[in-house]
Amino acid sequence: MPEFVLPEEIREGDTHVGRRMLRIEDRSLLRGEGQFVDDVPVKKGTLQAAFLRSPHAHAEIVSIDTSEAEKLPGVFAVLTGREAAEQTDPLIVGFENPIDYYGIAVDKVRYVGEPVVAIAAVDRYRAEDALELIKVVYNVLAAAIDPVEAASEDAPLLHPRSDSNCVSKRNFVHGHPDKAFADAEHTTELTVRYPRNSITPMETYAVISEHNEETGGFDVLSNFQGPFSVHTVMALALRIRTAALRHRSPKNSGGSFGSKLVIFPYIVVLCVLARKARRPVKWIEDRLEHLSAASVAPNRVTRTEAAYNSDGIVTALRLTHWDDHGAYLRAPMPAPIYRMHGVSTNGYNIRNLEVTNHIMMTNKCPTGAVRGFGGPQLYFAVERMMHKISTELGIDPLDLMQRNMIKADQFPYKAIAGALLDSGDYLKTIEETVSEGGLDALRQRRDEARAQGRLYGIGFAACVEPSQSNMGYISTLKTGMERERAGPKDGAVASVTVSVDALGSVNVIGDSVPQGQGHQTALSQIVADQLGLEPNDIVVSLDTDTAKDGWSIAAGNYSCRFAPASASAAHQAAFRVREKMARIAALRLNVPPGDIEFSGGKIHAANNKDNAIPFYRVGGLAHWSPSSLPDDVEPGIRETSMWNAPELTPTTANDEINTSLAYGFGFDFCGVEIDRDTGVVRVDRYVSAHDCGTILNPGLAEGQIRGSWASAWGATFLEEFCYDDDGAFRSGSFAEYLVPTATELPDFQLVHPTPHPSPYTRLGAKGIAEGNQYTTPVCVANAVADALGIEDIQLPLKPAKVLQWMQVAEPAPSQGGTTAIAIEGKSSAIDGSGDMHVPASPQEVWDLLLDPDQMARLIPGCERLEQSGDGRFNGTVMLGVGPVKGRFEVAIELTDLDEPRRATLTGTADGPLGSSRGQGSFVIEPDETGSTVRYDYTVELSGKIAAVGGRLIKGAARQLIDRFMRSLVKQAGGGTESEPGPQRSGFLGWLRRIFGGRP
Amino acid sequence: MKHLSRDSRHPVSFELNGRVVEGFSEPRMLLCDFLRHEIGATGTHVGCEHGVCGACTILIDGKASRSCLMLAVQADGTEIHTIEGLTRPDGSFGILQQAFHENFALQCGFCTPGILMSLSEFLKDNPDPSVEEIKVALSGNICRCTGYTEIINACLDAAAALRASKAEAV
Ligand code: FES
Ligand code: FES
Repeated sequence: MPEFVLPEEIREGDTHVGRRMLRIEDRSLLRGEGQFVDDVPVKKGTLQAAFLRSPHAHAEIVSIDTSEAEKLPGVFAVLTGREAAEQTDPLIVGFENPIDYYGIAVDKVRYVGEPVVAIAAVDRYRAEDALELIKVVYNVLAAAIDPVEAASEDAPLLHPRSDSNCVSKRNFVHGHPDKAFADAEHTTELTVRYPRNSITPMETYAVISEHNEETGGFDVLSNFQGPFSVHTVMALALRIRTAALRHRSPKNSGGSFGSKLVIFPYIVVLCVLARKARRPVKWIEDRLEHLSAASVAPNRVTRTEAAYNSDGIVTALRLTHWDDHGAYLRAPMPAPIYRMHGVSTNGYNIRNLEVTNHIMMTNKCPTGAVRGFGGPQLYFAVERMMHKISTELGIDPLDLMQRNMIKADQFPYKAIAGALLDSGDYLKTIEETVSEGGLDALRQRRDEARAQGRLYGIGFAACVEPSQSNMGYISTLKTGMERERAGPKDGAVASVTVSVDALGSVNVIGDSVPQGQGHQTALSQIVADQLGLEPNDIVVSLDTDTAKDGWSIAAGNYSCRFAPASASAAHQAAFRVREKMARIAALRLNVPPGDIEFSGGKIHAANNKDNAIPFYRVGGLAHWSPSSLPDDVEPGIRETSMWNAPELTPTTANDEINTSLAYGFGFDFCGVEIDRDTGVVRVDRYVSAHDCGTILNPGLAEGQIRGSWASAWGATFLEEFCYDDDGAFRSGSFAEYLVPTATELPDFQLVHPTPHPSPYTRLGAKGIAEGNQYTTPVCVANAVADALGIEDIQLPLKPAKVLQWMQVAEPAPSQGGTTAIAIEGKSSAIDGSGDMHVPASPQEVWDLLLDPDQMARLIPGCERLEQSGDGRFNGTVMLGVGPVKGRFEVAIELTDLDEPRRATLTGTADGPLGSSRGQGSFVIEPDETGSTVRYDYTVELSGKIAAVGGRLIKGAARQLIDRFMRSLVKQAGGGTESEPGPQRSGFLGWLRRIFGGRP
Repeated sequence: MKHLSRDSRHPVSFELNGRVVEGFSEPRMLLCDFLRHEIGATGTHVGCEHGVCGACTILIDGKASRSCLMLAVQADGTEIHTIEGLTRPDGSFGILQQAFHENFALQCGFCTPGILMSLSEFLKDNPDPSVEEIKVALSGNICRCTGYTEIINACLDAAAALRASKAEAV
C-alpha cells in the first residue's frame, strides 16, 4: 500500500493535542480492511456455535432431549446448562447474593432468550439445524415483570435461595435529611419511570474460544470491552488460574456503548463448549439474540421527595430507587446506580440527602452497561423534580436551577454523597449557552406559538458528567462492616506502554480497547507532542492480549475512561521515555538533562538547537550500545505507565464515595411543539453544551457528542425493550426496536463553552461521550411537561402515549369482515371471534372439523395429526409469520363435547420459533342453507414469534383464518363424506391459523 | 427457474470489483456470508440479517442491494461492487472515502461499508443533492455511532468534489 499522506488540516498552536487531526483508524476502515472479530482468520476446523434459547419468561426445565441433535452430521458438541454447571462455578458479582448464574439456564429459565443449550457444529447453518431437533419440556411459571410489584410478597420468586426479588436494599443518609424535611417551608414528591433501552451496537457479540492443553486454560478472542476486573470472574468460573485465561481483542470493535461488557458469561459457556468439542468454537451473535438477550440498561422507578424554601432553594432530596436488573446480576452490576451515587445531587448545592436503592430481579433480560451508566435514570428523576418545584413556586425553571447551582468559587466541591467535583463554572457555562443558543428568541417563539393556540414547551436540563470510574464505588453497596472484611477497593489504573526501537521508531500499546472513538489517533497526538515527533511517526496498537500487555483490573473502555485515564497514562509513559532519552542525549550534548528539548525529530539543547542529536540516534544507542548510556540508565527504551489518581479514594465509613475522577458539566435547553391531533412531539430547537476540560481532538470530541445526541434522542422518542405482563418479549428486531435513522433525527446546535480543565488528569481532559444521555431525555420531558402542564412524563414519547396524556381518545381502529382480532395493549395475547356460513348440515361440519385426516389436508403446513388419547390429539405443523418460520409440536385437548353443536379446546404449540398456549370454542348452528359456525379464541405467544412477529401477527392471523374458513366452506360444499368420529379433532386448525401458516 | 438440491454445494461465480471470483455455496447460504467467508471479502459487514440496518449493502449490477437478503446462488453471473472496490488502483482514497475521512464521518466503521455503497449509488444519479435528499438516501442505513451529521456533510463534500472533478465514480 502506498504511503498515506495526511491531507491539509487546521493546525492550532504548535501542539498536536487539541488539533483536529484526521483519524488514523480511517485508513483501514474506509478501505474495508478493518479487523473485527468475524474478520480475523480462524484455524481450520473451527466450529460455529448456536444457542437454543428459552421461549418463556419463567419456567422450570422439566427435561431436555438432545439425542436427535447429537446425531446430526456435523454436530461436534451439545452442552446443556446442567453440564456446564458441573464444570464451572457460578459467575460472581461484587457482593454476597442469592443468585447462581452460569451464563446458561440450569433447571429453570428466567427470561425470554436465555440460553438453554449450546451447540457446536461445522457451520452456523448446521448448528441451527441441530437446535430444531432438541426437545425441551417446560413447566411454565408466572412471571415477575414490574420492578416495584416484583418486591411484593406474593410476586413470583426468581431465585429460590432468596426470599425476595429484591436482592439488595441499602439506605444512605448524608447530612440531615429528616431534619431538613421537618424544617422545610415546602415539600413535594414525584415518581418517575425510566424505560429499558440499550444502544445496540451495529456489530453484535463475537467470541472465538479454544481450550489450551498446555496451560489447562483457554485462549479467547472476543470483542469484550472491559473492565478487565471481569477477567478474574471468568477465570474463577472456569476454575482455572487467571494467567491461563488468555483473552485477546482485535483491532476493531463495531461499537459497544457499554453492551460488550457482559459478553463474558458467553465466553465462559463457549470455553466449556470448545473443550467438549475439542476444537476452537466461534460464535457470532445474531440481532434477535442481541436484542433479546445481550444487555440492557436497567429500567428504574424513582420516587423523589424534595424539601425547599420559598426562594426555590432546595434543602434536601430523598431518592428511592427500584432498579430493575432483569433475571440475573452480572459483574459489575448493579454498578450503574452506584456509579452515580456520589453525584446524586447533580450540580446542585444540596447538603441533605437520603437515598434508598432496591436492586430488583424480574423475568427480563439481565442488565449491563449502557452509555450514561446510571446517569439517565438519576438525572431524569432529579431534573424532573427541579422542573416540578419551579412550577409549584411559579419561578422560571432555569432561574430555579441557577439559584441552586454550585458556584465557581466552591470548586473543588465535595458533594454531600462524596463526589469531589474537580472543576467548572456551571453558571458561566449556562450563561454562555443561553446567549449563544438564543434562549430569549426561543421564549418569544413559545409565546407566539401559544398565542396561536399551539402546544409549545421549553425544557432545561443540566448534568454533571462523571468520567473515569473509581473501581471501589461498587463497594458502597456493602455495609461498612462488610467493606472492612473485604479490604479496601479504590483507584482506577490505566496502562499505556511507549517504546522506542533501535531505529527510533515509536510504538504505543494501551489498554483502552477502543470501539470507534479514535483512540489511536488521540494517543499518537499525545505521544508525538512529548517526543517532538509527528503523529504519523507513532504506531499505536490497541488490540489487546492479556498474556502480553500491561494491564490492570480497570482496563477497558467504559464510563468515559479514555480522556482522563488512558490519555494520562500515555502522557506519563511518553514523559518517562522522554526523560530517559533526555538523559542519554544529555551525555552526548554535554548539557544537563533538564536543559534538553525535543522537536522536529531531534533532541537538542534548549538554548541551542544546533547542539542536537537525531531522535533515532538516541534510540540506536539505547539498544546497540548499552555501554554508552549513563551509569544508572537501563538499556532499551520501553516505559509502561500504570497511572492512577490519588483522588479516587475508597468509600468512607459514612458511605461517601468519590465515584469518578473528573466531572464535566453539560447544559441543554430545547423547544418542542406537540401536534394536538397526532400527539407527535417535534423538537423545534435543541441547544447543547458540554464543558469537558481540555479537548484532545475536536473532531473526535464532537463526534462523541453528536453520537450521544443521536442515541439520547432515540431513547427519548423511540427506544424501549417491551415485555408483556407475562414476560413475552416484543422487541426482537429493528422493526420492533426502533432506532434513529438520518431521516427523523433532528439537528441541534452545539455550543462550545469555555473549558475548565481537570486539575486531576495529566492533560486536563475529562470524558465527553455520555453527556446527552444524561440531559436530552429529561430536557425534552421537561419541555413536554411545560407544553402540556402534566407531571407524569414517561419515555419514549410515542405519539399514542402523548395523545393519551392530552386526554384525546384515539379513534378505534376500523374492523372489516366478521373476523375481529385484537392485540391487547400489554399482552401479546391474540383474541378473536367470528362466524361463517357453511353450506352443509351441522353434523357434516362437525364430522369434518373433528376428522384429523380431513383437517390435516385443510390446514396449511400440517405434516401429521393423530389421536393420542381420549380427546387428545397431537401433530406437527410447519408455521410461519413474517420473517420467521418453523416446525411446531402441537398438542390439543377437546372438552365439553356436545355433538354436533359445540366444543371447547385447549392446546399448546412448541417449536424453535417459540411457544404458545391457546383456548377456543366453537358453536355450530343450523341455518336455512346449512350451518353457521361461530368461534372464538385466545392465544398467547412467547419466544421468537412474539419478539419479531408482533406487528405482523394480526394481519397474518386474519388472512389465514379467512383462508381456512374458505377452504372449509369449499370442502363442506363439495359434499365430503367422512366417517363420523365423535372425538376427532380438526379444529386445531383454528389455533394454528393464528400463528400463521405456509403461504 | 433453476432448482438446486438443498444439501449440495453449487458453483457460484460473479465479478467482484472488476475481478471474477468463484466459490461453492449451499443453496441456503446468504450472499453476505458467501462474500465474507467463502471469498474473504470481509469489508462488507452484517449487522442484522433482516434487511433493516443496511450494513451489508453492496451494489449488484449497479443497484444497491442487501446482501443479507439474497442467497449466494442468486448472485451467480452478476457484477458486484463492495467497499473494497472504492479505493483507487494506486491505493489512495476515492472521492467519497476521502470526504468521509475529512468529515469524521465514521467512528467504529461497522456501518460504513453499507453507507458508502448506498451513497455511491445515490451520488451517481444525484450529483447535486440537498440535505433532505441525502437523509432520505440514508434512511436504510443505521449508524449508532455518529449521529449522521458528519455523514451528511461528507456526502455534500463528495458531491461537490465529484462535480468539480467531473469524475464518474466516487
Ligand atoms: S445485515 Fe443486511 S440489512 Fe442488516
Ligand atoms: S460508525 Fe459505528 S455504526 Fe456507524
